[in-house]
Formats: sequence, structure tokens, C-alpha cells
Amino acid sequence: MLKDITLGQYFPGNSVVHRMDPRTKLILTIAYIVGVFMVKNLPGYLIALGFLYLVVRIAGIQFSYLLKGVKPLRFIIVFTFILNVIFAQGETPIFTLGFFTLTKEALSRAVYFAMRLVFLVMGTSVLTLTTSPVQLTDGLERLMRPLEKVNFPAHELAMMMTIALRFIPTLLEETDKIQKAQMARGADFESGNLIARAKAMIPLLVPLFVSSFRRANDLAMAMEARCYRGGSHRTRLRELKFTRLDAYGTLTVAAFLGVIALEGMILG
Amino acid sequence: MSIVIEHLNYVYMTGGPYETHALHDVSMTIEDGEFVGLIGHTGSGKSTLVQHLNGLLMPSSGRVLVDGMDLADKETDRRAVRCKVGLVFQYPENQLFEETVEKDIAFGPKNLGLAQEEIDRRVRDAMRRVALDYDSIAQRSVFELSGGQMRRVAIAGVLAMEPRVLVLDEPCAGLDPRGREEILGLISDLHKESGTTIVMVSHSMDDVASLAERVIVMNKGEVAMDGTPREVFARGNELREIGLDVPQAVELAQRLREKGFDIPEGVYRMEEMREVILNLVRKGGRRA
Repeated sequence: MLKDITLGQYFPGNSVVHRMDPRTKLILTIAYIVGVFMVKNLPGYLIALGFLYLVVRIAGIQFSYLLKGVKPLRFIIVFTFILNVIFAQGETPIFTLGFFTLTKEALSRAVYFAMRLVFLVMGTSVLTLTTSPVQLTDGLERLMRPLEKVNFPAHELAMMMTIALRFIPTLLEETDKIQKAQMARGADFESGNLIARAKAMIPLLVPLFVSSFRRANDLAMAMEARCYRGGSHRTRLRELKFTRLDAYGTLTVAAFLGVIALEGMILG
Repeated sequence: MSIVIEHLNYVYMTGGPYETHALHDVSMTIEDGEFVGLIGHTGSGKSTLVQHLNGLLMPSSGRVLVDGMDLADKETDRRAVRCKVGLVFQYPENQLFEETVEKDIAFGPKNLGLAQEEIDRRVRDAMRRVALDYDSIAQRSVFELSGGQMRRVAIAGVLAMEPRVLVLDEPCAGLDPRGREEILGLISDLHKESGTTIVMVSHSMDDVASLAERVIVMNKGEVAMDGTPREVFARGNELREIGLDVPQAVELAQRLREKGFDIPEGVYRMEEMREVILNLVRKGGRRA
């Protein structure tokens, strides 16, 4: 189900991690991703795991929540794993089955690739779990602001993202409601072949489109009625400010990167 | 055909940060031919409750029996149940999708796999019941109609399933007074003419007072009151405590009583109230 996806879901809280500036969190997440790519061996992943566990505990979120976020991506992860096992080249064969040879190098490569994906998803989940969508787009806008000098529509993009994110729950709710209304009229969304199922979507999609267009129209009207004019000269209710928390966060991630680099040099 | 609800509990989003207990140990029996008004505050669980009546939601615990069939049972044919219990959602005009009014109303009967002649008969019959003229409207696009007409097309779409029980969630929401009268009139006719069991969810105490034979009040996911309108509206202060209103006639009676007029207990309909006041005036308006 759609609602089971943890990636992109905000877990409200008031922890140190929650209160950090979204810009810092965005940059630190990128730093973390770089860190994960630096990892070359198993102890390195253990360090990364420990680091994630620490951050999640500080944020007051259960670790199982991160694992739930990985679940919807299990097929992609398994797929990457299999592709790597089959196509990676290696020298030390473990066993041979017909023309297929499993090598030690291919296997370890596959494991590392799969691990890397899992760690990327878990790490970015920490960002979205502790940062509300509004804060996130706000942070993005501020980070992209220098690009406005070259006519890059940073504010417009951020506004579009905010609106899109804002309406995801509304659309899901609407879909659920229309689906139920049609089921109450005997519609069947679950059985039949592919064509029958695609056809069964029409009673769902048409009303959804109609209401989405109407909603977009209403929203545009409401924004215009309040004199919305895009990015220029807009002040904001909550100015983003760096605090001491951001410094601590940066130090923590820097320490993590340092340990990873050191571990890489020692164990090679 | 009765609907029996036993110790029904329903929890949204179990385990997550947004877990909500929407229904709490709800038990009731809706008998054949009743007209039940279901009232309650926003978030009192009334919409969640009505979705259990035809198996759109499954109980977290407890049972719902429609005509003796347990809806949670895998053997139960849900489609057959949905054909017996018709559910009209809030703002049902948002579910219209077909090119013409006729096709949209025929959607339900078609899903039941009926013959074309039977579908045609049902479409005509349903349109007659909601006072839409077949000849002038059937071939028009649903999106050309007025709001009130669209609502009636949507209700006709459920009526065409010929349900024994009709559940309506806020059928008058967002309509002008005239549209409201029309919808309430057709619900009342449906109940009187064909003896259809009606469950009407409403915010408006006056709508419920004028039509329902039994009133169920929901508060915070529990049944707060269940009885005849006379019994329920006599408990005006309790109703106000849980953030609900009383019908205008009850309010008027109470205020007149405070002024010293002799108004009998248990008056809750405007028509009754009019008689009472006229009687008082005839007697010369003496204060008791």
C-alpha cells in the first residue's frame, strides 16, 4: 500500500535533529551519501550502521521505522544484487554451473552494491522523517538561491514542490473516497485480466482528474486573491537561522566521515 | 433485512504516529424499514461507521451482520451485500465519470451483470425517483448539469442498484435551501413508497427531526444516545455539551418555557410547535 512508504514521510517531533536548520540537514545528507560511497569493506558499513542508529536515537525515532522504508525497495535491491552477481568479473571462482561461474569478487561487489542502496535509502529517510516537507522545500529554495542570478526559477520550483507535496495526502484521500464510492456501486478493481483492470480504472481516474483540475483552479484563484507574485520581494514568516545545533550536527557528520576515511586507510 | 453491529472497534493507521481509534465498542441493530438519523460532531466516527455497513471498511474487532451474513467472513459475497446496502457518499457528484447521465446511472446495474432491458428499466425508474426528466436529461453530459442535478444523478446511480437499505452521508451538504428540500423530499418518498430502510448521516438537527423515526448520536467514536427523536431531543443540554445543537422547535419551546408559557414536553417538530403556539394565541396568550 502507498501509505506504508516511509521514504518521504515526516515523523513529527521536537528533537535536536528535528530542530536543526533544513539547509544543514540537506548538506549533511549529501555528505553522508559521499561517506557511504567511501565505504569499501564490512567494518565500514558497521560504522555507518552505528552512526545511523545514533542519529535515529537522538531524533527519537524507532530504528525499525528506517527498515520499513527499505521494504518497498526490496525488489530493486534484489535486482541490483542479481545483476552484479551475474555480470561482475572476477578471478576467484567459488562454483561453476554450466557456463555461469560465481566468483568471490562478483559476490562481494553485489553485496556492497546492495548494502550501499540500503544505506542510501535509510540515510535519506532520516532527512525526510525529521524535516517537514515545508521546511525541506524552504531549505532547498535557500540553497538554490544563488542560481537565481542566472535566471534559474528557484522560488517557483520550491513553490511547485511545496504544493505537490501538500496535495499528495489530499489526492490519496480523494482516490480512496472515489474508489470506495465506485465499489459501493459494484465496481471491481481487483480481478480480471490486464485490459479489464485498466478499464476498471476509468471510473476512478476521470473523477480524480476533474477534481484535481478544479482544485488547481481554486488554488490559483486563492493565491491570486492574496496577491501572490512569485519570488521577488517576498518576506517570510519563519526566517531560517543557523544555530549551535547545526554546528554540532556538522561536527558529528564530519567525525563520521573522518572515521570512515581512517578505517578505509587502515583496513584498505 | 436487518443490520446488526456487535462491539465494533475501528482503528486507523495501527501502530504509526497517527494512530486513531475511530470507533469504540459500537453496538446497534438497524431493523428493516427504519428511518435512522445518525448525528454527531465532525470526527465523531459517523462516516467511519457507515462505511462498515456495506463492507468498505472491515472492523478491527467486533462484527457486522447484514441479513445474518458476517461481512468479515471470506465466504460472504461482498458485491451482493453492496447491492443490498446502497451507500451515497458525501458530495457524491464527485464520483460521476460517464459521458452521459444515462450511462453513469447504469454503471451500478451493469456491474451487477443485469440484462440490458432490466438496466434500462432501472435507469428510468431511478431517474423518476430523483425527479429527473428522462427525455430531456438522460443523454446530456453529467458535467453540464447544475450542482443539485448532479447530486441527484449520483443518488440515482445508487438507487439503480435497488438496495433494501440506503445509507446517505450528509446528502444535503453544500446545497441551497431549495436543493435541500428536494433531496429530503425524495428520501422521504423513498422511505414511504418502497419501505426502504434509510440511514441518514446529518449535521442538521432540523433535517433529522423532520424525517427520522430513530436518532443515534455519536460522540468521540461511541454511541452517546439512541432513541426516538422525542427522547433524544429532550436531552437538549447533553446535546449542547457534546457540541451539537437541538432542532429550532426544541430551542423555541425551551425559550418560551423560560418566559413562563406552558409548552408541553417533547415537541420537536416545527409543525407541532406551530399548533402549540396557535393554541396559546387562541387561548389569549395567558401565561401559566
